[in-house]
Amino acid sequence: MSTDLTQLKEGERGKIVDIQGGFGLIKRLDALGIKVGEEITKISSQLMKGPIVLQVKNTQVAIGYGMAKKIIVEVKE
Amino acid sequence: MKKILLVGNPNVGKSVIFSRLTGIDVIASNYPGTTVEYTKGCIKLGDEKVEVIDVPGTYSLEPTSKAEEVAVEMIKQGSDIIVNVVDSTNLERNLNLTLQILKRNIPVIVVLNFWDETKHRGISIDIKKLEEILGVPVVATCGRTGEGIKELVSRLQEAKCKTYEFVEEEKWHEIGNIISRVQKLSHKHHTFLDRLAEISIHPLTGIPFVLVILYLTFKTVRFIGEGLVSLFDSIFNNYYLPFITNIISKIFPIKLLQDLFLGTTPKVMESFGLLTTGLYIPFVAVLPYIFAFYLVLSFLEDIGYLPRLAVLLDVTLHKIGVHGYTAIPILLGFGCKVPGMLATRILEIDREKIIATVLILMIAPCMPQTAMIVSLVGRHGTQYLMLIFLILFIIAIVNGFILNKILKGETPELFVEIPPYRLPYIPILIKKLWIRLKAFFMEAVPLIILGVFIVGILDISGITNFIINIFGKPVVSILGLPKETVSVMILGFLRKDVSIALLTPFNLNIKQIIIASVFLVLYLPCIATFFTLLKELGTKNTLLTISIMLFTAIFVSVLLNLIL
Repeated sequence: MSTDLTQLKEGERGKIVDIQGGFGLIKRLDALGIKVGEEITKISSQLMKGPIVLQVKNTQVAIGYGMAKKIIVEVKE
Repeated sequence: MKKILLVGNPNVGKSVIFSRLTGIDVIASNYPGTTVEYTKGCIKLGDEKVEVIDVPGTYSLEPTSKAEEVAVEMIKQGSDIIVNVVDSTNLERNLNLTLQILKRNIPVIVVLNFWDETKHRGISIDIKKLEEILGVPVVATCGRTGEGIKELVSRLQEAKCKTYEFVEEEKWHEIGNIISRVQKLSHKHHTFLDRLAEISIHPLTGIPFVLVILYLTFKTVRFIGEGLVSLFDSIFNNYYLPFITNIISKIFPIKLLQDLFLGTTPKVMESFGLLTTGLYIPFVAVLPYIFAFYLVLSFLEDIGYLPRLAVLLDVTLHKIGVHGYTAIPILLGFGCKVPGMLATRILEIDREKIIATVLILMIAPCMPQTAMIVSLVGRHGTQYLMLIFLILFIIAIVNGFILNKILKGETPELFVEIPPYRLPYIPILIKKLWIRLKAFFMEAVPLIILGVFIVGILDISGITNFIINIFGKPVVSILGLPKETVSVMILGFLRKDVSIALLTPFNLNIKQIIIASVFLVLYLPCIATFFTLLKELGTKNTLLTISIMLFTAIFVSVLLNLIL
């Protein structure tokens, strides 16, 4: 089942299948190792469409809600 | 002179390595952005003196932010050796930059920092193998303990040019291959700091955590500040004052000079003598609070709390037109507006910069001003102190809210790495505290003494009276303040803390003190901030910001005069 990162529950893991953003966003995420094919864990989300914290390998990154909406993941059971 | 560049991702402990190598004062912080202003130092290699430059942290050599552009620019200018500092607990992500650096045809040596942390994270890295694959020397270090630094220095000369051949599109695949050959993962042990990290990022536990942190911050600053003030005050009054009065009276029997150096009354906050009030303000009234504030802030910075604060405040700050990261410049501005302004460099667009600037300048007075307001208002009761801070806070929020509505454009989204909590390395903490205190001594103390001197001269020469007569009327009628406060407002541009201290002899009632304090905080930036604004925002936006401040100050003061 694939969904965007905002829909993923806290603590759930997923594999990125698509990043529906422009070249700039893809480049910025890529520099931190967030790219298609990578496995990520959602660490937390804030109330009222606040930023999402995700973990990729040993790195935790906070990204805006809008960016998180563009990251499509396949949920891992 | 030969040149060594220290290059690496943000939050890899680069500044600590730099400090270890060069031994000079640098600021080492745990959040990205502070090293946009790079630091230089020197190291002796044999008989040769070599320059070492701490390049701003960057994730890639294809820049996506201003700090990264600076980094890439510095590498382009060339260097004799690049020391690539790598976070060994994040090898994969860090190797991305390493491979890009290797392409630049500059001798490279790789440093695996945070080596001590690999153990509890269950990471083991085969250094020899990595060296073999990359073809350049690899050294494991721990900045905190200094482990590996000697080896790094002794192997600097071995740095080599080596191109690692790979197809750009396949870079992560290639990095994955390297990782699978050199790194083994085993079970990870959760530490206390890991648990604390979890608590502080979830909204349910994180928001109470923020409140506790902020409460403790203010409590600690007040406790240390007040304690030191009363200590310094008794030293000043019991030992210094009798001593200096005695000496000056003996050396200069002339009344005019005595008045200039010692002031006209024995009360230290009312006399305005160069060697009494001129030293009392910076050293007794202000220094304790500056010290206390920067001690707590540096601790929060080094432990890695600030990016988490940015995440938790992001939604709220978006309502007033900036993203969560602006919390950091604002917090810095509580100490002094100048470093606060410098930290807005990480904000990418003008709109955001203007709003951030207005917030930084208006949301609270700087620490010297706060200290003086506390000493002036405190004896009337803490509730008045709270009222002043509340008024300023509301004004800043309302201003941000309005600017967010009028200025065109959108607020960019937060995008920031959340580094793990790391226990502060005390020598670096002390060094950083010292740099900040030194900046206060070098810049503020001479200006405070100059300010006190100018007040004396203006008074003696009668210029004060002349100006008071011109501007006195509107100040009396619309602000409800005595006309003599005009002289204070002129001086406020030079030093805002001095201007508030100058209110003491007027015996204002509490309503007048509140209006005068709010007005003096808001109406203009001090001269140091003014020049920083010009540099950071350009003439047009500086004038815009100052107009907003002046207008708000007058509007709010008139309003307070009517309703209080």
